Amino acid sequence: MSTQTPTRDARSADAAVTAPARRRAARANRTTVRGAGERPSGTATAILLVGAAYCLLPVAWVLVAATKSGRELFSSFTFAPSTHLLTNISDLAAYRDGLFWRWMLNTALYAGVGAILSVVVSAMAGYALAKYRFRGKSAVFNVLLAGVLVPGVVLAIPQYLLLAQIGLTNTYWAVLLPSIISPYGIYLARIYSAASVPDEIVEAARTDGASETRTFFQVAVPMMMPGLVTVFLFQFVAIWNNFMLPYIMLGNDKLFPLTVGLSGLLNQGASQPALYTLVITGALLSIIPLIALFLVLQRYWQVDLAAGGVKA
Amino acid sequence: MRLTTGFKAAAAFAAAALLVTGCSSTDSSSGSTGTSGAAAGEKVELTFWTWAPNMEKVVSLWNAENPDIQVTVNKQDGGDPAVTKLLTAIKGGSGAPDIMQAEYQKIPTLVSSDALADISSEVGSDVADGFPEGVWNAVTLGSEAVYGVPQDSGPMQFYYRADVFENLGIEVPTTWEEYAAAAATIHAADPNVYLGTFSATDAGWFTGLAQQAGASWWGIDGDAWTVSVDDEATTKVADYWGGLVESGVINNKPMYTPEWNAALNNGTEVGWLSAVWAPGVLEGNAPDTQGLWEMAPMPQWDSAEPATGNWGGSATAVTSQSKYPVEAAKFVTWLNTDQDAVNALVAEAGIYPAYSPAQAGALAEPPAFFANQPDFFTIAGETASTAGSFTYGPNVNVAYSAYNDEFGKAAESKSKSQFLDAVASMQKVTLEDLKNSGFNVKE
Repeated sequence: MSTQTPTRDARSADAAVTAPARRRAARANRTTVRGAGERPSGTATAILLVGAAYCLLPVAWVLVAATKSGRELFSSFTFAPSTHLLTNISDLAAYRDGLFWRWMLNTALYAGVGAILSVVVSAMAGYALAKYRFRGKSAVFNVLLAGVLVPGVVLAIPQYLLLAQIGLTNTYWAVLLPSIISPYGIYLARIYSAASVPDEIVEAARTDGASETRTFFQVAVPMMMPGLVTVFLFQFVAIWNNFMLPYIMLGNDKLFPLTVGLSGLLNQGASQPALYTLVITGALLSIIPLIALFLVLQRYWQVDLAAGGVKA
Repeated sequence: MRLTTGFKAAAAFAAAALLVTGCSSTDSSSGSTGTSGAAAGEKVELTFWTWAPNMEKVVSLWNAENPDIQVTVNKQDGGDPAVTKLLTAIKGGSGAPDIMQAEYQKIPTLVSSDALADISSEVGSDVADGFPEGVWNAVTLGSEAVYGVPQDSGPMQFYYRADVFENLGIEVPTTWEEYAAAAATIHAADPNVYLGTFSATDAGWFTGLAQQAGASWWGIDGDAWTVSVDDEATTKVADYWGGLVESGVINNKPMYTPEWNAALNNGTEVGWLSAVWAPGVLEGNAPDTQGLWEMAPMPQWDSAEPATGNWGGSATAVTSQSKYPVEAAKFVTWLNTDQDAVNALVAEAGIYPAYSPAQAGALAEPPAFFANQPDFFTIAGETASTAGSFTYGPNVNVAYSAYNDEFGKAAESKSKSQFLDAVASMQKVTLEDLKNSGFNVKE
């Protein structure tokens, strides 16, 4: 829900910054005459500034709104900060004996463990699809491509009915298992391993007597690492923001992730006021780990984006 | 309490997917209903889905006294989302709770999906006698079965800013004619100020207004359903509100938005046709106006026969997947009829209890936000007894989403004729859906 905005924005902002930069770099390669003296275009800068404002304003709003008391929220000027942030945080922490922190830990578990397992599966599957020849390979890949086109929301109910058959609904597994398979992650891993692991190196490893497992883990995986970080980030953010799957799967509010828990604070039925200040403060706290993760993994992310430019 | 469009779309999609997949799943769930009760000395653990705030505090009273029947509260999203989730669990064959909070208008839907257990053998007639007839009908659907014990009800009243009425020298309206005149006076005195708004996103609110005028949108005729959304009463109500919105003296913006909250708080919205739970909402949304509000019975169509409608209210039901329907029924009866439990429901969850014998003890004090009106619950009790009976059908969700679509357009256009068209469209959509879902429908 509300937590989605900043992360999506961060991604698109990255893309927006790098695309023209890459184009400029390419142009600079062709026409070395202009290369060094090229000045940034005023129009492009203006467009980018508008884009940045569009992405950052909602974040600024959350930040400001989280400092307001319930009384001020709808009465004071939208971007006038107040002084109640700590009160709001302690109210949120006190809500049902600190259930919010439990939701935070749950989300970290779903997103962290889910994304790591997803990366392992994606890397293996992508590598196999890129480097091995076997019967039905293109059929498998086409099915995967079709899977990329199916939104996860559509699968939530069928997945519920399947997991209900084996009695796994309303457990941590109910959210973890469906998160492990990511068609998009496998697709990306295939592209990355095709591009960044040369066949010659795989051949050389085999000639030197390395087993297929060892070739994969010790030769291919390090070369695919930037791509795998991308897959990890994509999947981590996707699970962190996922609403429908945990919403359908979980009945026990102690297993809820942040998205489902915060939505419950908003939807208390028509006869109760929504707990706006708690939800806004919760949304603010819930994006902090994502921002931290992006900052920590930023250098891999940049290496990865630049990788495309060097290839050409 | 408002949902984002994206979520609504997802929920609608989920509901559609549910229908599709539901056809193929085996109905193993209803089998467990027959097995009754736990062996002597066995410890029973029950789960309870609800969205009422602080319900775990009320339940802890029960848990302290009943070590062998322990109830765990799992708080869910209120209203539609919880029902969608329960129906998914029922179709899936596992994952449903033992006990479920169910709004009255959702009970026919749940019963037609075999989601609720019949607890008539556990609930005595002495319990039934304590509820107003209209409320009890909502949990029996007019049959011998009992699908839950009523918890709260939402008889509608008129909430208004007494200070504004006094300044402008307006009498509190007792008829709809006077309400229209008051709305015009208030809007003329300050064009930014409205006496109320026509909310195209609150179907339950409009249903209450129609109920007051004498409507009952569904009915049972022999073994067939009937649909009468476009009856005379509803048409009269739509015509009235269309006129007010067209002339501009009543706002056309939805309720429960930040703008609406702000308008209540800063005095540009000085009245609210709401239900008995309104003080809690006003306290949260308009804290600056404490002590300025008063409550009066609804304006009437016919002063000789005062009536009101219901907005909101729910029962506590036992699901068909519960392995312990006997213990669960015992708990829901205690929760909604025991004096201590009802006192705690009023104090902790802020509900208006439906069980008449326990009302006097639990509702001695007016709500904190209406401390200036000591007879608050006396008036509420009097109006509650005038609520007409209203039958809900198995596709309330369809009728309500048709309301959102059609009246959304009508309110936006501010045209009286579109309000009447909206009623006709609602009738058509609801009737078609009921027929297409395979129900026996009489036209």
